[in-house]
Amino acid sequence: MGFLKSFFRELRYYPSAIVGTLIILALVGLAVYAVVAIPYRRAIFLWRGTSEVWYRNPKMVPPEWVNYFRSKKLPLTIDLDSRREGQVERSEKKVGKGKQIDLTYTFDYTADEFPPEIVFYFFPTYHSKQPFVSGEWITPDGRKIRLGNFSVTQGYSFHMGQDKDLARRVRRMFHREVPADIGLLTDPASLPKDTSQPIKQENLRPLKGRYTVHISAITFAPDDDVQAELLVYGGAHGIAGTDHLRRDLTVGLLWGAPVAMAFGLISALVIGLATMIIAAVGVWYGGIVDDLIQRITEINMVLPFLPILIMVGIFVSRSLWMIMVVTIALSIFGAGIKSYRAMFLQLRESPYIEAAQAYGAGNGRIIFLYLIPRILPMLIPGFISAIPSFVFLEASLAVLGIGDPVLPTWGKIIQDAQANAALYKGLYYWILEPSVLLMITGLGFALLGFALDRIFNPRLRQE
Amino acid sequence: MGSAKRFARYLTFKVILLLITTVIGVYITILVANMGGYVDKLRMSQLREEIGMKIMRDPSLRNVPTTQKKKMIEEKVRLEAERLGLDKPFLIRSLYFLRDAMTLNLGRAQFMVSDSGSRQVKAIILERLPPTLLLMGTSFFLIFFLNLFIGLALSRQYGSLLDKIYIALAPLSAAPAWFYGIFLILVFAAWLGWLPFGGMVDAPKPPTVLLYALNVAKHMVLPLGAMLLSSHFIGVYGNRTFFLIYSSEDYVDLARAKGLPDRMLERRYILRPTLPTIVTNFLLSVITLWMGAIIFETVFNWPGNGRLYYQAIGMKDVPVIVGNTIIYAYLLAVSVFLLDIIYALLDPRVRVGSSQG
Repeated sequence: MGFLKSFFRELRYYPSAIVGTLIILALVGLAVYAVVAIPYRRAIFLWRGTSEVWYRNPKMVPPEWVNYFRSKKLPLTIDLDSRREGQVERSEKKVGKGKQIDLTYTFDYTADEFPPEIVFYFFPTYHSKQPFVSGEWITPDGRKIRLGNFSVTQGYSFHMGQDKDLARRVRRMFHREVPADIGLLTDPASLPKDTSQPIKQENLRPLKGRYTVHISAITFAPDDDVQAELLVYGGAHGIAGTDHLRRDLTVGLLWGAPVAMAFGLISALVIGLATMIIAAVGVWYGGIVDDLIQRITEINMVLPFLPILIMVGIFVSRSLWMIMVVTIALSIFGAGIKSYRAMFLQLRESPYIEAAQAYGAGNGRIIFLYLIPRILPMLIPGFISAIPSFVFLEASLAVLGIGDPVLPTWGKIIQDAQANAALYKGLYYWILEPSVLLMITGLGFALLGFALDRIFNPRLRQE
Repeated sequence: MGSAKRFARYLTFKVILLLITTVIGVYITILVANMGGYVDKLRMSQLREEIGMKIMRDPSLRNVPTTQKKKMIEEKVRLEAERLGLDKPFLIRSLYFLRDAMTLNLGRAQFMVSDSGSRQVKAIILERLPPTLLLMGTSFFLIFFLNLFIGLALSRQYGSLLDKIYIALAPLSAAPAWFYGIFLILVFAAWLGWLPFGGMVDAPKPPTVLLYALNVAKHMVLPLGAMLLSSHFIGVYGNRTFFLIYSSEDYVDLARAKGLPDRMLERRYILRPTLPTIVTNFLLSVITLWMGAIIFETVFNWPGNGRLYYQAIGMKDVPVIVGNTIIYAYLLAVSVFLLDIIYALLDPRVRVGSSQG
């Protein structure tokens, strides 16, 4: 205990150690929060979630806080669902056997950029004949644009940007080619006067103000019903943005923390302890045992470690825990054995070991009770410094496409981003967020490890 | 014993050890690859395809009915499998695989084709070797000498501002080179547009040799930068600390007291005894860097073995993956051997002899 006290007293003199410790504590906090806020099964469910889980999110958009740094503000998602109380005005009247349902959606558009998509999702309930729906879009300046007529099935969605008839009507209104979902929001004043000129999308401005959308549905049986959800997708979403599957990156980034910490801590700890025990056994028994351990170490160090790990990932299992077991198995005869061996060699000659032998202590007792505990504190700097390499190992494998099949990890987010050419498309947030988290984790442990190394190896201290 | 003889004995010992290492590495590769029976299935299906083609195309068998031809194929496949030892128990069979793997006799790729149009795994792998050697060789060379000389310079003026900057930047090495690669591409290619995103040369090849070389050099700036970011500062820090420890030894003080010039002091009394250890440390980082090359090349789209790995994983082309693993085993062994030679030349104990072997 006295040792620990003096150790912490010394730690105070290293600002880098304090910074490192704070980072690590913050990460542990984040990891605990992630596991508590989103339980394991829920995290996997969300991350593997299909469009049903995530359809309300825009695709590949930056986080909301980028608006603070932009002069032209990005829109946030407008979500109006007739199934929710008070969001949509609804009126019904009997028509024939069925009824006519009128839904009125009103929203204020205040952003300076256009939304990436505008979609209506329909949720009808019907017996035999599909309900018939028509829609109308009314701009703040009173222009009315017919959206179209269509019969809706369960899960029917109307994508304004993809409807040919709507595209034709928008073209007729502006006398030139404008994508329909942009045209619905375009301020006519931002169009060039000369109609022969081609339109540059970046010059168009959305018209700010209150928009109204009318949906009128005809059903053909008394208890048939139609509900509809209007989604004007935002150009930004949440704290972390979204990916190509509309998933909220917050989930992946949060869960990346416990996964990275668990992988790094367990691997580093087991490998550190195993290495130390092997070195102690080698030194204590000496002779053939020591020779054998040394040769195995030399061979193990030159084995193509990552390729073998990749092969395991491809042919055996991609599970993170399997990869961890193989990593540990291939690393216990690591370079650490050499430095521990040097320490144990010195220790073996100390008088207290001789005394232990004299009173008849067994080999196991000497190794585990007298040799290893003396050097155990030496494990700490190496252990701390080794953690980032395992965290990055997981990320490396994920970037190669052999990340864990179900768990969200930082590496897998980077891989998704790479596979979708995020850098070429300018979606920097997608790569930067997991990378910065990885970097902070690496730096936190490295800073503390460096400081500990200097405390434990006073020879390195030259200042 | 003569020093040349000792030197030769040392190197022979190292070659044998490295050979054993490579064999073990390749054998593990085979074991892992065959865990799901992939290698067996692959060999059999390739055999069947080959024999099937031969019999179906044989003009002298044109009049034989198809059912009989099929029987002939089955019979021949069985015989051929027996000849190749594919019906033997796995332990013996794996030794056949080992022999084939060590000689890079890996058969045909499942999906991939080399640029020259061959489907031989050997051709595909060897074709990608020169770019890998160019990039990694240049990196190793740069890292080693920059780390050595800057480390020496810093040990001369420790406590200076530059020294402090290097110490502060040393924890950067916690991240691997490919990681910095992503950042560098983001800044210098995507944002500033100064340098290419990746690849080795521009799409229409530059016409002259000189322009070609310059173009390749331009494509190498970012990869080398990423490499240096992740291994330069820690290397310099280690070397500098090491030099500092050695320059406080008594014999250095004595030499200084004798009035030897600083340059000579450094060369004879500091560099000489530390170089073997520095080479050994460098060897460890070379091993890590080779492993990193797989992802590194993928991030930079460098047309070497690393990216080939990535492509083969994407296509699940088993022979290419196995072949590439073997190439890495060889590359590691050769790098280590080259550094061992340098070590042997530097360390007087190898030539003069000491108690340790």
